[in-house]
Amino acid sequence: MLTQIHTRKWLQYGLGLVFGFAFGFLLQKGRVCHYDVILRQLLLEDFTVLKVMLSAIVTGMIGVYALRAAGWVTLHKKAGSLGTSIPGPLIFGIGFALLGYCPGTAVGAVGHGALDALIGGVLGIMIGAGLYAAAYPKLKQRVLNLGSFGDKTLIDVLPVRNPWLVILPVAAIIALVLLCLERMGL
Amino acid sequence: MKELLSATSWSPYLAGVGIGVVSWLAFLFSNHPLGVSTAFAKTAGLIEMRLRGPAVAEKLYYRENKPAIDWEWMLVVGLLLGALTAAWLSGTIRWEWVPPMWAAKFGSNVALRLVVAVFGGICVGFGARWGCGCTSGHGISGTLQLVLSSWLAAFCFFVGGMAVAFLLYKVM
Repeated sequence: MLTQIHTRKWLQYGLGLVFGFAFGFLLQKGRVCHYDVILRQLLLEDFTVLKVMLSAIVTGMIGVYALRAAGWVTLHKKAGSLGTSIPGPLIFGIGFALLGYCPGTAVGAVGHGALDALIGGVLGIMIGAGLYAAAYPKLKQRVLNLGSFGDKTLIDVLPVRNPWLVILPVAAIIALVLLCLERMGL
Repeated sequence: MKELLSATSWSPYLAGVGIGVVSWLAFLFSNHPLGVSTAFAKTAGLIEMRLRGPAVAEKLYYRENKPAIDWEWMLVVGLLLGALTAAWLSGTIRWEWVPPMWAAKFGSNVALRLVVAVFGGICVGFGARWGCGCTSGHGISGTLQLVLSSWLAAFCFFVGGMAVAFLLYKVM
């Protein structure tokens, strides 16, 4: 039944819209679509962004792995290499601090009227993505495959059979980090 | 319920758990993780094709990542509408060129803010495609699947971001 849903194009467009709506609504209500909130996170003065991300990760992880155990979902893992997963994200991070939004929160910030997010974010990110398409053949040839390590997960690299022996400790560690942040009044 | 919908802000944990639940639904009903930056790359490709003709589609990057309106594109449209609705319900929609924190440090010159924002946006777009994902695709969807490349990418997002933020606000 699920594959039938997955292959219906217009239904999927509608679902994409609905899931995006919920995602944007939550980002906005969680206050992470604000330049000040994001910059204060990067300056380690306000931990709202980290709290939203970590609680999304714990919730998502437990649910997605439970659905996978039931055979209802497949994972979508991105392969990585030292040549992709370090330099690209570092450049992203530099831009993240200068722009003050990431792609999702830039779109969300437009929703409350942030015009720097519209010009710098929506327009700038598209220009950057277009420039990357131009640079791609050379990067692919020289850099992207350096130190390739595939799409391994933490479960794959640890000597355990049962994935929950990794999932539950990770959830506990994240919960502990969040508890510490609250205890420290951050 | 009405108070919740009109609240300016929710607990970050409520928002985070909600996003986690949305990611279950996206995996289950759409066979897709949440991700935003691919839609920007596809839109860039579509615009470039309009401006420079169909030869653009022959570029290696666009052959491997076909520019098209798709599920992820609809996700971003929905994201805008959802964020707009949330701000509208709380009455917090305001046109703003320069964020308060920026204005307090660098003044309220719009041109300066926009130049830096556009340069930052270009780095975000370029870096997101180089790293194959952004704070949604890697930072939430990849990390929740415990993928190592995503944890490494998310770590680097914050390392790069923190370095520049400290430079801007503590050193300068």
